[in-house]
Order: sequence, then C-alpha cells, then structure tokens
Amino acid sequence: MREFLIGKLNADALPHEWFTIAGSVGFTLMLLFAVGLITYKKRWKWLWNEWFTSVDPKKIGIMYFIAGGFMLVRGGLDAIMLWLQQSLSSGSSHGYLSADHFQQIFTAHGNIMVFFVAMALIFGLINYIVPLQIGARDLASPFMNTLGFWLYVAGVIMVNMFFFLGNEYGAAGWLAVAPLSGKEFSPGVGMDYWIWSLQISGIGTTLAAINFIMTMLKMRAKGMTLFKMPLFTWGSLCSMAMAVTVFPLLTMTIFLMFFDRYFGTHFFTTTGGGNAMMYTNLIWMWGHPEVYILMLPSLGVFSEVVSTFSRKPIAFYKSNVFGMIGISTLALMVWLHHFFTMGAGADVNSAFGVATMIIAIPTTVLVFSWIVTMYKGKIRLTVPMLWFLGFIAVFALGGISGVLLAIPPVDFQLHNSLFLVAHFHSTVVGGVLFGIFAGLAYWFPKIAGFRLNERIGRYAVWSWIIGFFVAFIPLYVLGLMGATRRLDHYDASTGWQPFFIMSLIGGIIIAIGAALQIVQIIASFIQKRRLADTTGDPWDGRTLEWSVASPAPAYNFAVIPEVSSRDAYFEMKKLGISKPTYKDIHMPKNTASGIYISIFAFLVGFGFVWEIVWLVVVSILGIIICLIAKTFNEDSEYTIPAEVVEKMEEHQADKVRAFHKDDDEVDMGLLEFIKIALSWAWRLVRGKR
Amino acid sequence: MTKPGKKFSRVRTIWLVLLGFIGLSLLVAALLRGNDVILFSPKGLVADQQHRLMVISTLIMLGFGVPILFFLYFFAWKYREDNEKAAYSPHSDHGKFFTFTLWALPTIIMLILASLMLPATQKLDPKRLIESENERLTIQVVALRWKWLFIYPDQNIATVNYVQIPVDTPVQFELTADETPMSSFWIPHLGGMLYAMTQHVNWLNLIANTPGDYQGSAAEINGAGFAGMRFITRVSSEEDFKKWVNDTTLSTNELGTSEYASLLMPSENNQAAFYSNPEPEIYSNILSKYAGGHQQYAGSTEHKVTH
Repeated sequence: MREFLIGKLNADALPHEWFTIAGSVGFTLMLLFAVGLITYKKRWKWLWNEWFTSVDPKKIGIMYFIAGGFMLVRGGLDAIMLWLQQSLSSGSSHGYLSADHFQQIFTAHGNIMVFFVAMALIFGLINYIVPLQIGARDLASPFMNTLGFWLYVAGVIMVNMFFFLGNEYGAAGWLAVAPLSGKEFSPGVGMDYWIWSLQISGIGTTLAAINFIMTMLKMRAKGMTLFKMPLFTWGSLCSMAMAVTVFPLLTMTIFLMFFDRYFGTHFFTTTGGGNAMMYTNLIWMWGHPEVYILMLPSLGVFSEVVSTFSRKPIAFYKSNVFGMIGISTLALMVWLHHFFTMGAGADVNSAFGVATMIIAIPTTVLVFSWIVTMYKGKIRLTVPMLWFLGFIAVFALGGISGVLLAIPPVDFQLHNSLFLVAHFHSTVVGGVLFGIFAGLAYWFPKIAGFRLNERIGRYAVWSWIIGFFVAFIPLYVLGLMGATRRLDHYDASTGWQPFFIMSLIGGIIIAIGAALQIVQIIASFIQKRRLADTTGDPWDGRTLEWSVASPAPAYNFAVIPEVSSRDAYFEMKKLGISKPTYKDIHMPKNTASGIYISIFAFLVGFGFVWEIVWLVVVSILGIIICLIAKTFNEDSEYTIPAEVVEKMEEHQADKVRAFHKDDDEVDMGLLEFIKIALSWAWRLVRGKR
Repeated sequence: MTKPGKKFSRVRTIWLVLLGFIGLSLLVAALLRGNDVILFSPKGLVADQQHRLMVISTLIMLGFGVPILFFLYFFAWKYREDNEKAAYSPHSDHGKFFTFTLWALPTIIMLILASLMLPATQKLDPKRLIESENERLTIQVVALRWKWLFIYPDQNIATVNYVQIPVDTPVQFELTADETPMSSFWIPHLGGMLYAMTQHVNWLNLIANTPGDYQGSAAEINGAGFAGMRFITRVSSEEDFKKWVNDTTLSTNELGTSEYASLLMPSENNQAAFYSNPEPEIYSNILSKYAGGHQQYAGSTEHKVTH
C-alpha cells in the first residue's frame, strides 16, 4: 500500500547531505521571502493576472530573462565550486568534494547553463524582439508560447528538485553518456531527475520553436520579404528551424534511455545486444546543432549591434544571411566530430572532419561582414559594442581551437582534455553569452523604458573579458599538459595545480563581472528617470522595434507599418511618418491553461522519478483534460478600441515632442552607487524610511 | 568636439590591453617552468606527427586570423565617432567581386588545411600498423572499474595499471572493456586516445622512441573512480623489457578465473599489480560474453562462443 501511494519515496530521500540541506534551506528561504514580500505588498492578484497568465510575448520574454538570470547565478555557483575543488585537490589533499558529488556538479553545471540559462535568455530575446522587428502584434500561437514557458519552469524546478528529495543529481556528464547513465552503472534517482528535467523543458522548447517559425514566416508586416528581415530575426529563424529538426530527436533519445531504465529494454546497455555507441551518435546529432541553436541568434544580435553603432547598414547582407543558413545546415552534419576517438575508420573521420572545417567558412564570412560594416562607419563604443569587441577576441580563440579539433589526428590528442573544455567555453561564453549580454544592453531601453548605466556596464564587460582569459588560457595549457577533463583529483607531480589556481582566480574575476552587472541594473533603476528613453529610439536605430514607444505598448504597433526596404525604420525616419488612422485592435486574452498543464507535466515526471504510478496516470489525464477544456474556450480575444489606441499614441507623441537631448554624462559611477547603497542601509538601520 | 581626457583614456586602454596580454603570457611561461608540456614533448612517432600537424595547422590559422583581428580592432579604433579625420560613408554597397573574395578567402584556407588533414588522417589512423624492423608487440587492454588490465598474450603475463614496452618497437593495443562504461585509453606522450568499450575491440598502434616513465589515463568519464584510473607506461630497452617479462613470469601471482572475478569488482586508486600465467582464453571470453551471436574479435582463432 505504501509503495502504491508514495513509490520509492522514504525518509532517506529527505535532505541529509550537506549540499542538499544547504540547497533546500536556501531555496526555501528565498521562496518564503518572495511569498512574504508579495503578500505584504498585496501583489498576488496582479502577479497572476498581469504576468503568470499573460500571453504577451513581451511579458513572457521578461519572465524568461528573470528565470534565466536566476539560473545563471545557480550554474555560476556550480562553476566556482568545481574550480575550487580542482584548485585544492592535488596530491595528498582531496579537496572538499567527494568524487561523486563533483561529478554531479559538473553534470548540473552543463545542463543548467545550456538548457536553463542560454536557452531561456535566447527565448527571452526572441520573444520580446522578433515580433517588434517584423511588425507583428504577438506570436502565431500565444497559448503555445505561455505553455512553452511554463514547461521550461517545470524543468527548472525538476532540475533543482533533488535538493529537496533524493540527495543526488545525475553524475554522468551533461549529455549522460551511455552506458554510464544506464541503470547498471547509475541506479539512483539522480539520472531520472536528469531525464525528466530535460524531457519536460525540451518539449517546451520544441513548442516554442514551432511557434516562432510560424510567427516569422506568416506574420511579417506587409512588404517585409524574407530578404528584408532584420538579421536578428534571420538568426532566430535559422536557430529555430534547427531546434524543430533536432529537439524531437533529443526527446526520443531520452525516451529510449528512459525505457532502458524503467522497463529494462536494451537500447543502450552493455548487455542484451544494447549499443551504447548508438546513444553517443543520437545524443550528439542533437548536441552539436544545439550549440548553434544558441549561437545563431547571438550572431544576429551582433549584426544588429555593429550596424546600428557604426551608423551603417550591414555590409554583405545576403552573404550574412546565407552564412547563417549555411551554418545551420552544416551544423546538422558534423556530430561525429565529438567522438572521432570512438574508433570509426579514417574515411568516416575524414568526412566529418571536412564537414566541420567547412562550417568555419560561413562563420568567417560573418566576421568579414562585420569588419566591412565598421569600415568607414561612425562607431560608438557603447556597452553592446564593447561586448562585440570582446566576443571577437574570445570567439577567435574558440574558432581556431575548434578547427584544430576538427582535424582527427590532432583531436586524438586533444579530445576529452581540458583543451576541449577551454575550446567550447570560448565559443559558448563568447558566442552565446556575450551575444545575449550585448542584446540585453542594446534592447534594454526598449524592454524597460530606460537604458542601462554605461559606466558600470563598461566595468562589467572588462571584468568578463579579463576574467575569461585568466580563467581559460590556463585550461588550454592544462590540456596541452595532458590534463583530462572532469578530474576531481590529480597527482601533485603533474605540475597542474598553479594553472588550476590561476583559472579559479579568473573565475572569481568573472563572478565580479556578473556582480557588476547586477549592480549596473540596480544603479540604472535608481537613475531610471534620468536614463529614460522618451523617444523609443535611443540609439538612432534602424529596425522596426525602435519605431514604437519604450517600453513597447501591449499591442506593439498601433498601425502595422508597411515595409519597403531593409532597415525599414531608418528609411521611414528619412521620409517622415504621416499621421495614421487608428482602428480597433484585437488581442489574445490571458490564459492559465499553460500553468495547469505544466504542473501536471511536472507531476508526471515526478511520478516517474519515484515510481508512483497513480500520480503518473492522474497527471496524464489532467493534461488531456486541460487541453480539451482549452478547446471549448471560444472567447479568447479582447479588443482595444481605436480611441484608446489613439490616446496612448498621442501621449507618446507629446512626450517625444517635449523631449530635448541632454548631452551631460548622467550615469553614476561605482563610488556614487556605493554611497547611495550605504545611505539606504543606514536609513534602514535607523528605522527611518 | 573631442574631449582630451577621453582620447587619452582610449590610447591608454590599448596599451593596457597589450600589457595585459604580455603579462598573461609571461605568467603562463613562468608557471610552466620545470613542467612537462606533454603534447609538445612527444616521445613516439605518432605523438610527434600529431604534434607537428597541430603546430602547422595553428600557424596557418593564425596567419589568416591575426590580420583579420587586426583589421577589426583597427577599424573599431580608426572609425570611432569622435575621430573627425576618418571618412564616413553611410552606405554599404559592394560589388560581386568583393562578395566572391569574401567567400573565397576562408575557402582557400580550409582547402589548405583539408589537404593537410586528409592524408594525415589516413596515415595516423589508430588501426594502421606501424612499420618497423622490430617485431610487433601485442597487448590486450581491458578497461575495468576503475583500473586498466594489460594482458601480454605472447609473453604470458598480465599487469594492472602498469604497462612496459620496449623502445622502438611497434605496439598494438587491443582495447576492450568488461562491465565498465565507455573508457578512453590515453598515453599522451606516445599518441592520441581511443575508446575502450564492451562488445568491441579498438586497435591502437603506437611506438615509443625514448625510454622513460609516462603517464597514462582514462580520459572519458566512467564513474566514481574515474580520476584515479591512471597507469604508468614504462618504455625501456629491449633487454630490460625481456628481463622484466622474465621476472614477472616467475611471479606466484597468477591471473586465474577467481583473480579476474575479483578484478571485476569496482575499486579505486589501484596500485600496479603483476600476474603470471593469465588464463589463456581470458580475453576472448570477455569478448564473447557480450557477443550475443556476433563475433567481432578476429585476433584469436580458437575462442569459443559462450552465452
């Protein structure tokens, strides 16, 4: 009976390791604080109506940013713990982590950074910016969007659930290589949490990708042909096309793994005719494209940033587009380079080596396109542009080491070494994270209505870049010294320790950079009036998102613009905009179905992790009922009357007319920020508010 | 209206970046003193050729990449908004020829790299036998949790976490695994790695040209004892090797079925161990354990298929 009711759950599952106790207490305190604050401010209704149930891609985008930013801190803490262990654990010292715990941390670090940070931040940007860039009012399916977001949240909770119940996460690396991840070698629930956190958020990703593709293909403003689309939208389109192609593959692969673990099938086991090499192939057929899924929108961001801040249209627009299409097509055909060392013959390795090298061609073309855009431009070295310049340095390192790894005989020596780790961090930190940061700094005024503090922003950029080189150059060197990745301990005679310590110092500099970004955001909020973006066009922008107020109104465009060229808004500014006639706008209504379905999806996963059959059955029924109930809801739209739209637009126009540009540097520096923070703290202590 | 203060700070930034790079390189160089950068000090033919290929390819890419980077940063500096001397043209129209060059340049570089890579991949295929006057030595390698078992079928000895080979003699490692997740066999001084997996044999051919003790490791995560799954590779003279084989043959420690069963039990940070008289069919038995009707090991002819 007990087994029927609660499956494998028992008292042992409660937190009893130091890290699960710390984690569960930490999360509980944060949750209590948040709940307390919301209750105190009486904001529950507002939160539910305005945010949680919202189908507005702008609000969903902001929620993706918040969740992704939170997980970035979580994954960053993992990174610091790994660095610390490797700096300490040399010779007779074994550091402060057990081997098993260390392996769980790098598994979680990889999963969190890829699935729950990078994907979330990319989706945040696409959600907010793409509809504005193509002149759309919302996404093709607003419901699918909220469902995708809440499935992602369910995945986030699942990946942290082991803190509360289970005491272990998967320890087989972020891709859970078989047969290590099978029941034979990993019997615990950690792997099951891995399976279900990826499975649930992965399905959310597939839904979101389908939705974005539909939106970009079918909902562009009149006149915006494909080759007039802004480059961020192009990057997103290529990225989402790849996501739709490969995420179902991930879902199926993980299902096969799930069958092996639950029903004792033999897809990837060592015995019974299972073939673990098949898993390696399948997971990398998804895994390699995944990296480019993250990177292409970022490359698009850089194209926008370079063009805007050079005050020039992007050079070689079509080559740039075909470069991105080329990258996304080729990236589907190179997965085998992740395991040249598995024993495929020279011919197979050669084919995949050549295919991998070919990817460097379109990537170089993109760089050329940016260089020529800067040539004879008027370049403003703002924070987004600094991220771009930093990205180039880091990415060049990643690119060169990447082509090196594409040469099979060289890869035999560098594979699975720290050189490889340094390589992919160069591409992913430079090519994905810096792109996201550049995009956030660039579009922040559009999202928040005021721009970010430039001074503190510059400090953050420099900390990240310097920290990156101090942290990852030693890893390249360690790889050349024969250090393999994922070591929780090594001999003192290897001489590796000073490099691990240097790398840790780099990691700390990066953490300072991240802290400065938080300071930057707070400082910008303090000065939000002075940094306000009244015109909606703070950078002299070129694309449609800058033609609307900041932050963008719920309906995005009062009147859907007509597009006749690339850089549509830049052309409009030159021609002047005539006064439009306003019409009623129909907008989708909020819905809570996405939340309900995601709760049930979470319970399905939870039921499978702990083998609680009734919970799985009930939750699957719950999902089906929610979906059917949703189809009965015919009344899913509301109308914003033309008068209201006119009033809002007039109000914005008045603000723009009253605006006069203030040339003074208004951004506060660090010292001023510390002064303000201290005086607040002082007032809080004295009890005077 | 350039502000003099700003101009100064920009020049200073360039200097600081350069100084930073020099400082970082000096620091790395200082930390490297007295340490062995293994991939740059190959002790065998394979590692040597892999090292050369690595250096040549890197130089080619740097020759191409450094000028690109230079132009990018130079333009970012030269065409800054407050530089009134720099030209400004708000259009980006470029001819077909320019576009063609854009694609052709990286293509040429990749063709050059591919022309280096393709023959090298054939030549350095781990399966390919290394030609030499000396007779080839075969060593069967089994990845176990978490130690390496080496069986010398012709010398009739076996070792754990220790492998000795004669200098200038081609060695063929026959890699497999038993009740162990995928593991990667790597002796970086001698050449690149290859996976050891159940059900399969992977052939890794290496040769050493300098006597010495070299580290060997498991390079692919395979469970809790992964970091301690290391072994010593001793390259010695032919005579020393023969003497060592003789000494080991005299060992009373025999590798029979029960000893192998105890090796199969997971254990961490194992010391080197030496066995005489390994059970003759031990290796083919390991393989047929997983064969399931498919026999993939062709090295030994007299094995039985058992289910």
